[in-house]
Formats: sequence, C-alpha cells, structure tokens
Amino acid sequence: MAGGAIAEIDRTQYDFHTKEKLAVKFDEGLSEKTVREISTYKKEPKWMLELRLKAFQEFLRRPIPTWGADLSGINFDEIAYYASPAIERKARSWEDVPAEIKETFEKLGVPEAERKYLAGSIGQFKSEAVYHNLKKEWEQKGVIFTDMDTALREHEELVKKHFMRIVPFTDNKLAALHYSVWSGGSFLFVPKGVKVEQPFQNYFRMNSGREGMFEHTLIVIEDGARARYLEGCSAPRYEEASVHSAVIEISIGENADAGYSSVQNWSKNIYNMNTKRAVVGKNGRMSWIDGSLGSKVTMLYPMSILKGEGASTSNYNMTFSTEGSWKDTGAKVVHAAPYTTSKVVAKSISMNGGNATYRGLLRINPGAKYAKSHVQCDALILDDISRTDTYPHNEIYETTASFGHEASVGRISDDQVFYLMNRGLKESEAKSMIVLGFLDEVLKEIPFEYAVEFNRLVKLEFSRLGAVG
Amino acid sequence: MAVLEIRNLHASVDRKEILKGVTLTAKTGEIHSIMGPNGSGKSTLALAIAGHPRYKITKGEVLLDGENVLEMTPDERARKGLFLAFQHPVEIPGVSISKFLFNAYAALHANNGSSAAKDFPALLKKSLEGVGLGEDFSKRALNAGFSGGEKKRNEVLQLRMLKPKIALLDEIDSGLDIDALKTVAKVVKIQADETGIIVITHYQRILKHLNPDFVHIMVDGRIVKSGKHELAAQLEEKGYVQLLKEMGIDYNEKEGA
Repeated sequence: MAGGAIAEIDRTQYDFHTKEKLAVKFDEGLSEKTVREISTYKKEPKWMLELRLKAFQEFLRRPIPTWGADLSGINFDEIAYYASPAIERKARSWEDVPAEIKETFEKLGVPEAERKYLAGSIGQFKSEAVYHNLKKEWEQKGVIFTDMDTALREHEELVKKHFMRIVPFTDNKLAALHYSVWSGGSFLFVPKGVKVEQPFQNYFRMNSGREGMFEHTLIVIEDGARARYLEGCSAPRYEEASVHSAVIEISIGENADAGYSSVQNWSKNIYNMNTKRAVVGKNGRMSWIDGSLGSKVTMLYPMSILKGEGASTSNYNMTFSTEGSWKDTGAKVVHAAPYTTSKVVAKSISMNGGNATYRGLLRINPGAKYAKSHVQCDALILDDISRTDTYPHNEIYETTASFGHEASVGRISDDQVFYLMNRGLKESEAKSMIVLGFLDEVLKEIPFEYAVEFNRLVKLEFSRLGAVG
Repeated sequence: MAVLEIRNLHASVDRKEILKGVTLTAKTGEIHSIMGPNGSGKSTLALAIAGHPRYKITKGEVLLDGENVLEMTPDERARKGLFLAFQHPVEIPGVSISKFLFNAYAALHANNGSSAAKDFPALLKKSLEGVGLGEDFSKRALNAGFSGGEKKRNEVLQLRMLKPKIALLDEIDSGLDIDALKTVAKVVKIQADETGIIVITHYQRILKHLNPDFVHIMVDGRIVKSGKHELAAQLEEKGYVQLLKEMGIDYNEKEGA
C-alpha cells in the first residue's frame, strides 16, 4: 500500500511568467564594475558603496561551502545580479502598479491579503519593490515600513545605525555576496512601546531564469514594542539555476516582542541560501517560523542571540523535500545571559528521493545561569529512496543550565493508512492526513493564510497517488 | 436490510493459511458473536473482510448486499457500509478526533443528501455523550496516548457516528472496567437496530449485556459450532477443550494456541 510514484508538488499556481518591461538589467556575471554600477544606479551614499566593495572582496576570497548541500550547480558568472522593472515610482496604491505586475500579485493573492489582515504590505518584483503601503494609524505612531532602498534614502541615519550590525559580511560566502549586490527587502522600525497586532508582509517574486535576488530585511523593534512580519516567496520554473540569498537582521529591545514567519515556494531551479539572525534584549522575545516547500537547495539556519537576561526565543521549522530537492536547515541559538530560554521544533518530510537535513547549533555560554533549552527534531521519510540526516551540535558551558534534545525518524505505517481507509478515506486522503498530523505542532504556529496554503499543497501532492495496489 | 455473506473464506498471512473455509451470514438487526481460543483466526477474519493488505484471500467470497467486497479497496468497502472496530487502534499523532471524524463522516455520508457540515456538530455531541465522553475528548489526537479503555470507547464512538451497515467489533470489550463495559455494550445494542453486528470476543461478560442472537465457535480457521446465546454460557462454564470434546469435535489446546 505504501509507495507509488509521487510527482513533485503541483506548483501551477506559481508557474506563470509575467511579460516584463525592464528599466535596467546589468550584464550577467559579477565584477567590481557591476557592484559599483548597482550602487551608482541606486544613487547610494558613499559608505554603502564602500561596504559593498569590501563585501565583494570577501566574496572572492572565500571558497564555496562544501559542508552542506551540493552547491556545485551554481555558476556565479551566469547570474543577472540586478534587474529593475520599469516603474516610475513606487506605487502606494495597487492601481498605480503596472498592469502586468499587478496581475502577478493578484494571482498570488497579495492585495486581497492586505485588505483583509495586514498592517502594511510590500511587493518586490525581481530586484526592486514595486509597491508599498502602510496603514495611516501606524505611520502616525512613528512606525516605518518601507522597502530597504527607500529607507536608505529617506532614513539614512537610522539605517546606518542598524545595517549589518547583526550579520557581518564576513559571516559566510553567500552573506558576502549578498552585501555586494543587495537590493530591495524591507525596513521595519517600530518605536518604543508601540504594539502592532496586524502583521506586516513582503511578497518576493522572481520572474526569470538565471536571476539573482538579494533582498536585505532589517527589523528594529524598540523597547516594549511588538510586531509580526511575514514573507512569501515564489517564482516560475526555469531550467537555469537562480540564486536567492537574503539577509535578515532583527534587533529586539528590552521587553520587546518580534515574530518573523516565512513560507517559501521557490521553483526547482532556485538555490535558496539565507542568513537570518536576531539579537534579543532583556526579557525580549523572538519567534521564528519557517516553512520551506520549494527550491532546489535551501540552506537556512535562523539564529537567535539571547543577549539580555530573561530573553527567550522559539524556532519552528518545517521542510518538505521531494525529487531533486535538498533542504539543509535548522536553528541556531546562543544563550548569552542568565534565565534565557529557547525552544526549537523542526519537522521534515522527505519523499520521492528528496533529501532533508537538520543542522542545528545550541550554545549556552558560561555565566548564562539557569538557561533552559529544548530542541526537538522529527523527520518523516515516506519511501526508501529519500534521505534524512540530523546533525545537532550542542555546546553547554554552564552547569546550572538545563537542556533537552529529542530526535525521531518515522514512517507512515500501513496500519495507520489502513485504519483511516477503513473509515472511508481514500489512500491519498489518509496519507495527507497523517502527514499534516505530523506537521500539526508547527502548522498551528504558522499564520492562518500560509497554513491554509501549506495544507492545500500537501493534499495536492498526495492526491496524485494512484489507486491502491 | 443489509446482508453480509461470508462463503467458504480462505485467507493466509505470509503464505501461512489461517482461515480454512469460514461461512457466516449476518443481517441488519442481528448480533453475532464469534468466540474461539487464541490463534483460531478471529482477528484475521475481521481484518481480511476489511481488506488489510497483509491478508491474502486464497478462496471464497464475501458479499455485501450481493456485491463482491473482496474486489474493493478498503475505503470502498467502508463506503459500502463495512466497519471494523480494531482490537489495537493505531495512534495518529496531530490529527484530532473531530477533524478525522468529520472527514470520515463526509466521505461516508456525502451522497445521502444531508450536509455533513450541518449535521456533524450535533451528531458528534450526542454520540460523545452516548459513549460517556466529554466534548474535549474530540479535540485530542486520534488514539495518541489513550488508555486501553479510551481507545475502545473511541472505536464505539466512531461506530455510532458512521452508522455502518455491517460492523465487525474485534475485542471491543478488552481493557474495559465494569462500568465502561456496560456503556459500550449499551451503545452497541442501540446501534444494532440499524447495523448488523459481529462481535469477536474471548469472554462471555460482554455477551451478557449484548444478548447475541447467534454465537459461533471458531477453531483453527473454521466455524465449528453455531448456536444461540446458551452456547456462550456453556463455553464459559466448560472451556473449549471439554465443550468441544463433548460435542465430538476434535480439538486439543496446543494445536489451537
């Protein structure tokens, strides 16, 4: 009863290509000239250009990492590092967005989501944001939510104060690449004591093959403030490899509370390698939620540095790997102060030859008295040709700390499927119900709209199963 | 009126023949009881009729209202009205009973002209009360961490909700205390008005509450004796070896065990 050919996720919802008018697209390949051109084109301040050039040297100096997923398919000389759609200015209303691009976001449901439940919304198409909007109420309270390029122009001092303070360009080769050619992304600033319950969203859309997307997102939540930020990512499918390498920096003040949720459904030609990191102040709280459905390769290990006493973090991570896809993901937590707590829940599903790896780091520094941490990683492997690995790395330097680690690898049993079928469910329905049950602990943390999407995709995947043998 | 006809059924597991020609007919409103020593093939009979992939049918027929059940997938059998209460219900973590039951109810009753979404909540509430469970029970994950008694009540809850034509109840009485046993028996008895029930059990105690119409004794893959309720009482009193000997049926304990 188990097994049967399972095709890859039905991505037809995403698999459309938009005819685009480009204002500018730089030649493929990366050189100092390209880096300078991007900065000049964006009319950036000098300090940003200098930072880009230093990062570029770092990128050249470092070898491609070989400790994780197979990155040999990337040809850095074939990627278009910057392409800007032809727009006169960033629209504040969807009516002002060029029709073909607006249609793209309509198909993805972005304007509808904004009307229904968002505090602010940005839409990024290729390298640049084409739309941003922040509800008046929050603007009046001093909240800033705009794309990163606009932020650099309009709030330069604030950006300079926080940019690259959490993830340095020396962090890894892809971060160095990111800082050389970054474009777009979100800037969210929530001043002291302002609590925003509705989430902010940026939706990222790539549109061609051999494209690079390198958005930088900077989130600053001041003391006593609170905000949630969501990201969705998709692209149509192409044969040629594309690269997505974002950097997310989140600074959380005392008693502040931040949430970051991301669900990516990149197409199968995309190498998705991001560096996401938060620094959490005294009694502050950081919540990471990542759902990884698409892409060829994803390498992602969101990190929380618990810097202030009593700071806490949770990290819910869920991946789905099918044929030709390798998800190398996990979580990193550093307990750097007393009474800090962390919780990591990672769930992976691999099927049809997919490869799922959990790679985690937990460090409890000396002096982080009574720090508490719990790490749980569960893998569900659906057939004999798929693969799952777990590499937890734990460094505990504090004797008063308490730490728990649980890991499991499971399969769907014939008896489970039979039980549900005996109650009238088809084999495909039974299997998707079991898989969604396995993911439930993480799914219920995901914002509703994204959870619905995830549910739908898992069901679609299993509905392709043939009749029972 | 639904009729399940089992005719000369042979089935094997891992090429070992377990069922060696079972014949039995059960109808709506009837309660049948199958008793027999360990290893006589009672559970195999239930699982084979329900279509578990481990059990290979080598000979014979199973007809539900004249339709050959053996050609159907397990879910098709369920949609035709067959139900199995499992001896060992499996755990399915993260799937709430209410979500699972709603999907099952919709799958089985979608074409009845009734709206599953409309009828379900009230039916669930009523059925939970009937088996002595609180409303919170339906929020728990299916069988995950359940006690033996909770698992059995959950099976009976599903029997009530899904209202099959024919239900096979495999050791529905094991792991139940006296009160729970009474409750379960009461619910099964009520359900028997619209369902043909086949109860597989080792013990007479549930049969006292159920008062079955027919009792069958199964030994070594065959039904060797059928009778009325009194047969169960005799069995309780004398045990398999003596009763079968008195009846002139060749049986020794080792062979059956």
